[in-house]
Amino acid sequence: MAIATLRHHPRFRELGLTVKILGRNPLAVAGGIIITAMILLATFAPLLAPFDPIGISLSDRLKPPSGNHFFGTDEMGRDIFSRVLYGARISMVIGLMVVGIAGGLGTLIGATAGFIGGRIDNFIMRLMDVMLSFPSLVLAMALAAAMGPSLTSAVFAVTVVMIPKFARLVRGEALAVREMPYIAAARVSGAKNGWIILHHVIPNCISTVIVLGTLTLGDTILVAASLSFIGLGAQPPTPEWGAMISVGRKFLMDQWWYATFPGLFILVTVIGFNVLGDALRDVLDPRIRR
Amino acid sequence: MRVLHYVLRRLAYMVPVLFGVTVLVFIISHAIPGDPASMIAGPKASREAVENIRKSHGLDRPLVVQYLTFATGLLKGDLGTSIRNHRPVTADLADFFPATLELTLASMTLCLVIGIPLGILAAIRRNRITDHIIRVFSVFGVSMPVFWLGLMLLFVFYRNLGWLPGSGRLDAVLTPPVQVTGLYLIDSLLEGNWPIFVNALWHILLPAFCLSYVYLAIITRIVRSSMIAVLGQEFITTARAYGLSEAVIVLKHAFKNSLIPTVTITGLSLGELMGGAILTETIFGWPGMGKYVVDSVNSLDFPAIMGFTLVVALVYVAMNLLVDVLYAVLNPRIRY
Amino acid sequence: MSEILLQIQDLSVEFSGYRGIAKVLDRVSLSLRAGEIFGVVGETGCGKSVMAKSVLRLIPEPPGRITSGRILLRGEDILQADNRRLRTIRGNLVSMIFQEPMSSLNPVFTVGNQMREVLQLHRPLDRHAAETTCIDLLRRVQLPDAASILAKYPHELSGGMRQRVMIAMALSCDPDLLIADEPTTALDVTVQGQVLAILTRLTKEQGVTVLFITHDMGVVAQTCNRVAVMYAGHVVEVAEVTSLFAAPRHPYTKGLMACIPTIDEDRETLASIAGTVPELIAPPPGCRFIARCPHAKAVCNERPGLFSVGPDHFVACHLYRSDRRQEEST
Repeated sequence: MAIATLRHHPRFRELGLTVKILGRNPLAVAGGIIITAMILLATFAPLLAPFDPIGISLSDRLKPPSGNHFFGTDEMGRDIFSRVLYGARISMVIGLMVVGIAGGLGTLIGATAGFIGGRIDNFIMRLMDVMLSFPSLVLAMALAAAMGPSLTSAVFAVTVVMIPKFARLVRGEALAVREMPYIAAARVSGAKNGWIILHHVIPNCISTVIVLGTLTLGDTILVAASLSFIGLGAQPPTPEWGAMISVGRKFLMDQWWYATFPGLFILVTVIGFNVLGDALRDVLDPRIRR
Repeated sequence: MRVLHYVLRRLAYMVPVLFGVTVLVFIISHAIPGDPASMIAGPKASREAVENIRKSHGLDRPLVVQYLTFATGLLKGDLGTSIRNHRPVTADLADFFPATLELTLASMTLCLVIGIPLGILAAIRRNRITDHIIRVFSVFGVSMPVFWLGLMLLFVFYRNLGWLPGSGRLDAVLTPPVQVTGLYLIDSLLEGNWPIFVNALWHILLPAFCLSYVYLAIITRIVRSSMIAVLGQEFITTARAYGLSEAVIVLKHAFKNSLIPTVTITGLSLGELMGGAILTETIFGWPGMGKYVVDSVNSLDFPAIMGFTLVVALVYVAMNLLVDVLYAVLNPRIRY
Repeated sequence: MSEILLQIQDLSVEFSGYRGIAKVLDRVSLSLRAGEIFGVVGETGCGKSVMAKSVLRLIPEPPGRITSGRILLRGEDILQADNRRLRTIRGNLVSMIFQEPMSSLNPVFTVGNQMREVLQLHRPLDRHAAETTCIDLLRRVQLPDAASILAKYPHELSGGMRQRVMIAMALSCDPDLLIADEPTTALDVTVQGQVLAILTRLTKEQGVTVLFITHDMGVVAQTCNRVAVMYAGHVVEVAEVTSLFAAPRHPYTKGLMACIPTIDEDRETLASIAGTVPELIAPPPGCRFIARCPHAKAVCNERPGLFSVGPDHFVACHLYRSDRRQEEST
């Protein structure tokens, strides 16, 4: 297909329109800029970081911010600015991985449950209800503790916790899609359930999932950092934001910069995702409200 | 009578959820770890001790049997034994529960006292400068890493300004009030001990605000959006057409309608607040269940972590029930 | 009987939307005589509802804005009233009932609560006295078992019952003017008749003047004394009901009448007026019916005044310019 015709394909026109509307919303633009900046920082961290994020330099211990060390140094003399940049990598990768997997699995589960209905739906949704009976952080903490403290356990735990949020949302959508005439048409023409779910149900839920996914990225980064903060995620000296704050806490009274900068980066990143997600929701899906 | 019937139905509905919650906690504690016996015994236990645990806890038997043992233990209030202090986890949690309850209730109060007026204000000043400021305030709230906010508050109000105490529930030199409810703010008032009350209030301000900020933002958003929806309804025009003042329309007619979604969110937030207490209590040295569980994490005190998880889930489910009941009371349209 | 109760003079209302500013009402003038039922008829979007709401200043601002005119109630300009005065006018001197009985009562308060609130706001009654009055009012709108209805929530009543509650509430403070904004449109046909009958009987008994907004010519014929026909934000014809039905003059009114199917006609298709309602964002400068009018001429690019075509019968159309020109003076 030529590019010109591709550009007029309804999906692309819709995408273009979405971007256009978002461009008029100053909050959305701000969110977009923050996220783009974070992604760039994360990608080019090795080029941008002036120091090795785990390189110890005992003579430079706990130095305040200066022209040399923008964000100061930690108790091992490591450059906090460099560590924060590498931290962006970790948080972004965790966020994208968790939301990718949880969003994918949750969508599949929700679409299946909603479309097939009956006992399977009942069973799956009860299971999701049970998982939603725990505050996110508590369930993630228990799971991570059971698997032993490590970054992998934290990622796994957060993924599991996020799945039901997607499943419940997509199920609602799927229930509505199920009643549409074109589903009946597909059935009559002999399509199997699996095919209909993949070709009709899921594509119809995509915009909802994108909105929830964006908002969940922020939550994921927060929960993952919290796990690291209480010692269940990334372990020192990994330059993970939550883990850095966990150690920096001990130096709060005299070396304020240690805990301050990683936290500021968490805050700004999550604001970026939340603001962008809110704006996307206003454009793509007025139905889901928080 | 119909409300009672409705409550009983909701209670019955809770049974499978509660069952599911215990199963999930059981799976997390017995099936996920490579070797549950060594988890229960703790990281420093000898191999012999681990084998003893395996036998005494029946961990060598089929999972179904293990679950039954676990469930009967639960019914008797047995959550296992803490590795750190060899006390029953139930007893530990019972000791720490009042502090957490006091903190969560104080945060909830802040959420409502600040969040509802802000939400209403944002709704009636929709898309004007006040609304924008409140929106920024709430975006910061939902995006805030609680533990970092706590540290920053400590740094400013304790370290630099010296206005508020940095940790604990009371100054170390003071004796806590006689325990009635376990909530210092209430017990001190019952005792008529004003200085203790003031001291306890001073101590709870920072942690309560820190914990409440996230949910404050959420409640503000909900109140705002539901007020905007309600204020656009025809019956608001009716109220205006009959000469009611704007204040009565907003605070009585619109607000009672928007209470329905607000109560739902508030109830669910109370459960979430208990989760958030994990971080807040750690930062502010608040001797509650949250600090207890983080200390347990640090010494890999697995039974304590699982006990905490279960208790929080129970509180969460109970809050859900309470929300359903309040919902029925507030919304005359609900079908019992 | 010819005392003027309400005078709307040169009323213009605009609404701003994302596509521009719509001139929803353009210099509209009307006069209501005390004690009459005055109908305003027109299609959806012709501005009749906006006009009704403007009388009580119920237009949401923004996006709406009253740009010119006066609304005189016994000589007092409602548009100049301060908020306090406005609140004593609303519900007390002028009350209103709405189209959707479903949504015009607050769902989380009982009927009694809402009726009492209005009553006690405008009358110095204690709770007990207010309750007695409410029961009496509900009896007068023929609701059986009035006392138990007070304890009910709106959703427990049928549409017709709710609209009767609204009528009771509207008449509770003995208003001079009742604005009825399509009060029966959302009701079943059988219920419509009952509600209309109650409305006309009670307003006659209490001597209440009614501004009756509807799109239904049949309802106009049944209830009103005089009627104004509106089209796209203009009043195009004002007449006594009998006179209007006997001899409609404005091309739009004629078209509207032709659209009412009658039983003895044996037509294959329903009549309709060709063309569509003009955009109110950039309306034609003169007569707004110009694009659909079979008699349109160059002069129609100027806005016609109201020409008298008979006793109490006025038309805004250049076709009648030859008649003795006289702005409506009543």
